[in-house]
Amino acid sequence: MTVLNEEQQALRDAVRELADDKIAPRAAAIDQTGEFPWDVVELLARQDILALPFPQQYGGLGGDMISTLLVIEELSRVDATCGLIPAVQELGSLPLLHGGTDEQKQRWVPDLAAGKVLSAFALTEAGAGSDAANARTKATRDGDDWVINGEKRFISQGDVAGLVAVFAVTDTSPEVVKAHRHMTCFYLEKGTPGFTSPRVEHKMGIRGSTTAELAFADARVPDANRVGEIGDGWGLAMKTFERSRPGIGAQAVGIAQGATDVATRYASERKQFGKPIGAHQMIGAMLADMATRTEAARQLLWAAAERIEAGDPHAARWASMCKLFAGDTAMAVTIDAVQILGGYGYTTEYPVERMMRDAKITQLYEGTQQIQRLIIARDLLASL
Amino acid sequence: MNIVVLLKAVPVVGTERLDSGLLTDRSVQLEANGNDEYLLEKALKLTETHGGETIILTVGPAGSTEPIRKALAMGAARAVHVADDAIRGSDMRATLEVLAAALRKMQPWDLVFAGADTSDGQGGVLGAALAVRLRLPYLSYASEIEPTDAGVRIHRINLTGYDILEAPTPAVVMGTQLLGAPRYPSLRGIMQARSKPVEAWSLADLDLAPAAVGGGAATTKTLDSAKPPERAGATFVREAPDEAVAKVLEFLAGRRLI
Repeated sequence: MTVLNEEQQALRDAVRELADDKIAPRAAAIDQTGEFPWDVVELLARQDILALPFPQQYGGLGGDMISTLLVIEELSRVDATCGLIPAVQELGSLPLLHGGTDEQKQRWVPDLAAGKVLSAFALTEAGAGSDAANARTKATRDGDDWVINGEKRFISQGDVAGLVAVFAVTDTSPEVVKAHRHMTCFYLEKGTPGFTSPRVEHKMGIRGSTTAELAFADARVPDANRVGEIGDGWGLAMKTFERSRPGIGAQAVGIAQGATDVATRYASERKQFGKPIGAHQMIGAMLADMATRTEAARQLLWAAAERIEAGDPHAARWASMCKLFAGDTAMAVTIDAVQILGGYGYTTEYPVERMMRDAKITQLYEGTQQIQRLIIARDLLASL
Repeated sequence: MNIVVLLKAVPVVGTERLDSGLLTDRSVQLEANGNDEYLLEKALKLTETHGGETIILTVGPAGSTEPIRKALAMGAARAVHVADDAIRGSDMRATLEVLAAALRKMQPWDLVFAGADTSDGQGGVLGAALAVRLRLPYLSYASEIEPTDAGVRIHRINLTGYDILEAPTPAVVMGTQLLGAPRYPSLRGIMQARSKPVEAWSLADLDLAPAAVGGGAATTKTLDSAKPPERAGATFVREAPDEAVAKVLEFLAGRRLI
């Protein structure tokens, strides 16, 4: 079992207090209006929360992985939309951190760490979701530039980001595609001619977090915006997921903890048949299971983070396992929370219906649960 | 300008209890006294704007470390933590001796900031008593604090507006919550706080004899402690919001109050 060190506990406590005081009172309105919470971005930037995972030499705090997961969990406990902001900031930046040159990092990371610029990660396309390697967005070399054409879909914060990691096909020859060397990563700045965000999705949950469609019509970027070598794109994306999937796991654990907290308090106050409903065994058992599952998901998450950070050869499997288990936990726990609150839980008067809608996304994005199982199974079989 | 902020670590509000000796049980989790944090915030703003250091002075048990770390995370440069088993049981007069000795040792500084009172002791006299003991000007109930060329100027709310008072430094200033809400520590602040110096002083470091402080030296004594009698007839409404509103309305209507 992982025990948090003093600094991790202090970071967690500080973010918990901030989330309770400043974000929890905003959560219902963010969900209702579906407006991206720029005020929360400012708050997270001011408190250096966005800077946490970035290296110190580029203006970040150089925080360890568990610290970043704690921050995402504590924010997601009160609002999954806000918890996603630091998660996506890291997601969109990871290809740069993994594959960028020192010059590229000097150019972009300080603003990302300071929260002056938001980032996004654009891999998915309308016809290439789980089968992301089948993407069609193309980048063609033209002198010192690259010209990008195509569309991306379901890009978290794609329209509000100032810097987007775009994965485009640079080689279609069958043997290159087969070797997964057909994609290259480019960083596009907002305002690049030909790069637009034509629409955002209307969603079931995380409604304040914008999910955008991105369009590229002869969008031109200099070769200096290419991150990693030509053909490195797929590898960079997969390496990114090893670090970003636990972030979604942390979001899921946060949602589950938030729902467990609300349901526990409600069960201690709501009386039926002359006693608090939590004292009825059927409700008590549900609470016990919710708390147990949530803690198990959290411990798996921290165990995964320690292994991934230590460079475990099975990092991809660990990332998938913790995201899979936490996502399913968030879904199950929030469904039970609504059940415990009964009719009240089904109304917007209480936050659990929002938490239940928010939980669903953790089973879908950064690879569906089915894809996670596929990755885990493949790694198990390949390790024989 | 160097400002020493007196910061007391008090039991988390709502968890206070007395031990068998009728002393505040400080083995529970401690937090920074709320009224001290307004002064800390003001001190940080002043030293950020005008230069100098904000220095924390805490007299209290080992559990005071966490509130001290939080103050450092908020931006204080360093801290002095006076802890000694012999201090336990000190009344306000005995505490005054420790604080005065520590402040003398910490010289030079320009200002000492004190909160209006503490959530556990509630005496509200230490700021004034320190000024007398150290023979310094005392400015109380400050709603605004600003430096002048040769000293310090404060605002104090009166019936029609506010008074403006000035004193030369060094001086002791007691302030109110009108100074502004304390900031949340940033993550950078929390990480930097780990490497900021916290000096641990005992009574010996202050040339104070154990007999001069603690319960034995106290000139006042808590004889008894009692809870106020429970008021009869209170109605608790614990239902969910809709039901609760209906119940409150019914209660008021039944007494022809609405």
